[in-house]
Amino acid sequence: MELTRRDAVAALAAVGATGAAVLAGEQAVDRAGGGADGARGGETTDESAAGGDDRADTERVRATMRAVAAVVYPDELTGVDTFLQRYLDGRLDGGDHALALRQTVAELEELAEAWYGDSVAALPAADRDSFLREIGADTADEDPDGTTAERVRYYVVNDLLLALYASPTGGELVGLENPRGHPGGITSYARGPQ
Amino acid sequence: MSHERTARTMQADASDGTDRDRTPVSGADVCVVGAGPAGALVADRLANDHEVVVLEAGPRFDSASRIDRQERALRPAFDRPAVWDVGGDRDAHTNSGERFYPLNHARVKGVGGSTLHWQGMVMRLHEDDFASGTTRGVGPDWPIAYADLQPYYREAERELGVAGASDNPYAPPRADPHPMPAFEPSYSDSLFAEACASLGLDMHSVPNARNSEPYGDRSPCVGYGTCQPVCPSGAKYDATVHVERAEAAGATVLDRAPVERLDHEADRVTAAVYTTPDGETHRQTADAFVLAGGGVETPRLLLLSDSAAYPDGLANSSGHVGAFFTDHLFAGVGGVLEEPTRQHHVGFYTSGCDQFYDEADERFAPFKLEFFNYAGPTPVGMALTGDDWGDALLERLRTEYGGHVAVGGLVEQLPQEESRIRLHPERTDDRGNPVPDVHWRVGDRALRTIARANEIQRAILEELGAEIEWVAGPDATGPAYHHMGTTRMSADPTAGVVDADCRTHDLDNCWIASSSVFPTGGAMNPTLTIAALALRVADHVESTI
Repeated sequence: MELTRRDAVAALAAVGATGAAVLAGEQAVDRAGGGADGARGGETTDESAAGGDDRADTERVRATMRAVAAVVYPDELTGVDTFLQRYLDGRLDGGDHALALRQTVAELEELAEAWYGDSVAALPAADRDSFLREIGADTADEDPDGTTAERVRYYVVNDLLLALYASPTGGELVGLENPRGHPGGITSYARGPQ
Repeated sequence: MSHERTARTMQADASDGTDRDRTPVSGADVCVVGAGPAGALVADRLANDHEVVVLEAGPRFDSASRIDRQERALRPAFDRPAVWDVGGDRDAHTNSGERFYPLNHARVKGVGGSTLHWQGMVMRLHEDDFASGTTRGVGPDWPIAYADLQPYYREAERELGVAGASDNPYAPPRADPHPMPAFEPSYSDSLFAEACASLGLDMHSVPNARNSEPYGDRSPCVGYGTCQPVCPSGAKYDATVHVERAEAAGATVLDRAPVERLDHEADRVTAAVYTTPDGETHRQTADAFVLAGGGVETPRLLLLSDSAAYPDGLANSSGHVGAFFTDHLFAGVGGVLEEPTRQHHVGFYTSGCDQFYDEADERFAPFKLEFFNYAGPTPVGMALTGDDWGDALLERLRTEYGGHVAVGGLVEQLPQEESRIRLHPERTDDRGNPVPDVHWRVGDRALRTIARANEIQRAILEELGAEIEWVAGPDATGPAYHHMGTTRMSADPTAGVVDADCRTHDLDNCWIASSSVFPTGGAMNPTLTIAALALRVADHVESTI
């Protein structure tokens, strides 16, 4: 089953992020000749405001989220990169969530370097899975202000799962065309199984 | 703990304006305390011809924040109170009854009140509900009859926007159709219909305060499925509709302006004393006062306003302020079928059964049955709380989502004087005022009726062939978050706090618009009756000032 940009827009609608600000920012940076260090620009507002290296840059966040998605999403999905590109446009829009996501990814990457000697994205899939479990992200309760495991669960693992299973395609994976949080209309509830 | 930081952030965003003018309105005709549905309807009804000011304890929420609040509703990190920033010292309370009452799960403080998180079911009470003592042999009669409220029910349905049909043979008489057509029955309703037909049970549609088509400038339902606790589309009615209309007509609505006491003379309220975010205290004078703070904060305010003339609390010559606190009790049975039942596409239910409602007597309370469209866990909820991911998670979701069914129901609780809201003798809130102590009791008639409802619910699920997984029976019941009875209505000043017009017996210029005036609660969701009574109060205030 294929995830699309439409699914990403639907997932963003469920969490209140549209990505309009980041897209405008990216265009501005593109016109100015691109972002620093070859990264996609746009989300530089909060990066420049960060003033430190405790927040992952945009490309690192995107790469890490793609790598984690490869672990936590089911294998039968296609189109994940396209889906995440658009979804993260919204999630990295400079708000509080974006800042906390960057911080959490930076911590995750620091641990990956310390324990496995490489970035999350560079690890073999089996090691990525093990790494996330060793952190405790599989058993932790999500908490945006909690321990590293709880924040990884909230900002990384569960955010990816929320994006997937609140989208129409994610819902269809389990037989629910209009998942909770998606404004999919008021006809499907009255229909029988197809 | 995790949600508190984010909640504070959003609350600050929502209130956006600690520096706005919250000084009293001079020359006010009417002061309304509380901007929930009752206060909003009263203000809207009177604002065209009178100077109206509304004082609301909670903030004015930014409508743009609703999607963020929906994420909270989807996320396990946030509990129900966190969705609308309920909690903390402002909302501190205690429980001293034999049953725990989760008060902060049961209310929202802010412009719109608890309609911001309600489910939006809007049934009329039955004729016998107004005469429980006479027809059922227990409880007091109301001093008004269904016929007195019937025209106001009609108006209330139009004000809120109700989608319904006239297919319920057990519903009380009505002269007009609902303003919008009912929502279609769900797929799972069709499964229940076969089982109910076999058992001789009548199913029918239920009225929703949710747009089945465009209504005024409000959208039809688009199926977010998170009605309770937040509707991002505005298709579900909430009281911001009437607050905004009242403001457009000239009313002044002050948020974050909790009323701490009512200054008074022997027979009239003279001012509502409120505080503002800057720490200042103000006095709002008016010719008439309408208390619309709900079934807990309204009696609390009267008790906080004690004086030499009213040593047991303002308007409390009867001794009944805070007494007879009741709610509706939940009864339910749930199970699983070995076939898809199509749950969680929408967040409301579409069919019910009122067949047993008017069989109520001394031993058994009225009750109604509800056929859920949201039984069992949601895929998102399971995904965000499991220990698995990837293919294993998907396999679990496919196994555990899809076949659930449930029949719920509400049961009347008979009022008992010792079930009451009191002031806690020691604990205080963020402003140093005694917090409400909820002393909630449930009597045997309600518990017996829950068991009776369970028998029927179980029979339906067994007829369906479901494997029963849970029963919310007498030992596992809980409240439906409908606070009632704490300033009861009675024609007799010794037996009630307000009269048949909802004006306090003690004070000539003070009305109460709330479910707190219900002498008995029936078993129907109370908000349509709250709205009808509020419109009636507005008429009476209008004729008086």
